[in-house]
Amino acid sequence: MAIRYIYAEYEITRNYDRCIACRVCERQCANEVHEYLPEAHKMVADEAKCVNCHRCVSLCPTHALKIVKSDNTYKANSNWSQKNMNELYRQAEAGGVLLSSMGNPENFPIYFDKILLNASQVTNPSIDPLREPMETRVFLGSKSVEIERDENGQIKDNLKPHLKLNLPVMFSAMSYGSISYNAHESLARASQELGTYYNTGEGGLHADFYPYGGNTIVQVASGRFGVHQPYLEAAAAVEIKIGQGAKPGIGGHLPGKKIVDDVARTRMIPVGSDAISPAPHHDIYSIEDLSQLVYSLKEATRNTKPVIVKIAAVHNVAAIASGIARSGADIIAIDGFRGGTGAAPTRIRDNVGIPIELALAGVDQRLRDEGIRDQVSIVAGGSIRNSTDVVKAVALGADCVYIGTAALLALGCHLCRSCHEGKCNWGIATQVPELIKRLNPDVGYKRLVNLLTAWRHEIEEIMGGMGINSIESLKGNRLMLRGVGLNEKELEILGIKHAGE
Amino acid sequence: MKRVYVNEQWCLGCHLCEYYCAFANTGEKNMARALKDIKIQPRIRVEEGNDVSFAVSCRHCREPLCVKACISGALQMMDGVITIDQDKCIGCCTCILSCPFGSVALSPDGHAAQKCELCVQTAAGTPRCVDGCPNNAIVFEERG
Repeated sequence: MAIRYIYAEYEITRNYDRCIACRVCERQCANEVHEYLPEAHKMVADEAKCVNCHRCVSLCPTHALKIVKSDNTYKANSNWSQKNMNELYRQAEAGGVLLSSMGNPENFPIYFDKILLNASQVTNPSIDPLREPMETRVFLGSKSVEIERDENGQIKDNLKPHLKLNLPVMFSAMSYGSISYNAHESLARASQELGTYYNTGEGGLHADFYPYGGNTIVQVASGRFGVHQPYLEAAAAVEIKIGQGAKPGIGGHLPGKKIVDDVARTRMIPVGSDAISPAPHHDIYSIEDLSQLVYSLKEATRNTKPVIVKIAAVHNVAAIASGIARSGADIIAIDGFRGGTGAAPTRIRDNVGIPIELALAGVDQRLRDEGIRDQVSIVAGGSIRNSTDVVKAVALGADCVYIGTAALLALGCHLCRSCHEGKCNWGIATQVPELIKRLNPDVGYKRLVNLLTAWRHEIEEIMGGMGINSIESLKGNRLMLRGVGLNEKELEILGIKHAGE
Repeated sequence: MKRVYVNEQWCLGCHLCEYYCAFANTGEKNMARALKDIKIQPRIRVEEGNDVSFAVSCRHCREPLCVKACISGALQMMDGVITIDQDKCIGCCTCILSCPFGSVALSPDGHAAQKCELCVQTAAGTPRCVDGCPNNAIVFEERG
């Protein structure tokens, strides 16, 4: 095109004193940014193609590369930011809906960062997790409120099916198709080793991963891709996906070029056809309809597996969650507006939904007020970034959390947010064979295990500091939280006091 | 004995092993200074074509043809590792001809042969190609 409206956002800086022209940057860039000039024995780069994924920076053996934000600027304007202008230019050129990947990156408040944790001093002494037992195990599912006894006075086992987690963290739904085979294998193996669960997303369960079924949550979403009897039977739990934090109210669209052989077989659709998940489930228009699907799935699995209903955190989330709890679901998963995605319309991702902290606090409070909190477990997702986010989420009322983006980061993702282009240089969000192989599951699963092992140590340390020796005692324990820089209304919704109170 | 093995399923053809090998054998501390503006002659080579790539270096054969073929006694086997005494080597290239894997080559100065010695003589101590492989495609392990 004759006029290039958009200047490259990032510039690649190469230190020529260090560059040995080994060409690893060129060979590892699927966007063909780097080029070797043989006559000059020199590398050059075309940053216009760069997505800032840092693959070249990470692999450069002499640390010769860095990527910096371009200081090329339009005339400064607080209203018409460079981002606004570039997006407009892009639409004027292509005439399409803007697409983005991963979670909402905009400058909205992050409540987790405005909440501080408590610790014991003098009274109620703190506990040293290295010397004393510390319980991080949680069970997800509907709890029996009444204790029933048989004629001999023995307690009757009336417990509904549960999921047993060694730590309050699960890997959230990411479909095979949106992420690669090797990424799935890494998640499956890590879940098995850690004693937690990963989630198939709505892409079906690849035949190779049935042996990991005991650590798999299978999803039934609006497209019903890959759902069949053995799929439900293989799993530890079944999740009905109503919504996703990154794109509440929006369906999914996996482009045909990602529907390669195996992905097509797993999803049970023809190779190369677009996989379109409708925005609503066409058979669910009320809580009663949802209840029918919940019980259909329970029947299909002979009441042996808990059923999860996953929703996006939206304005009326508390009322919706109350309905879900009454629909017969065992677990409610709530996905906040920062939650990731392989592709979403930019405007939706950046403007729809509410923060998980507020949604979680609201739902927990509502279910407690209505006396039905024990009927369901709550899973919070949508940008849990570290172990303190986990602790704060649990104290706000979650039974456990889902992590997606954090898991992908452990696998190498650098949040370049270009998943929708299908050329992930880290072998995660791609179906291109030579890119997929860049993620060796032997390395990947170990990194996931390391991450959550580290988090577990930190969670134990934090709980110990509070004088708490079991994650169950932390659940909904909002007295352990204090807000800083929050207004009255925010504190009221979060159900916490301000620091100093 | 531990040997270097390559799993082509995970080899990305990035050629980093070649550069780490060349660097390890320069004895320099800084890679940029060691390899700047030179054409490297590593002891491990990536073979590629038809979407398959894998690195090849000395297999440290149990019955090494190169050692048998060496007319000057420069090549020798010690504790399973085949090493070359470059002072004894007369550069006749018989070992190069006899190696079925193409893993022996002339050293950069052209006077003697060179081959992978599992970094036993380098500062790294363990094979640098293995440490430098970004995808665990090259491993150093015991395999019966």
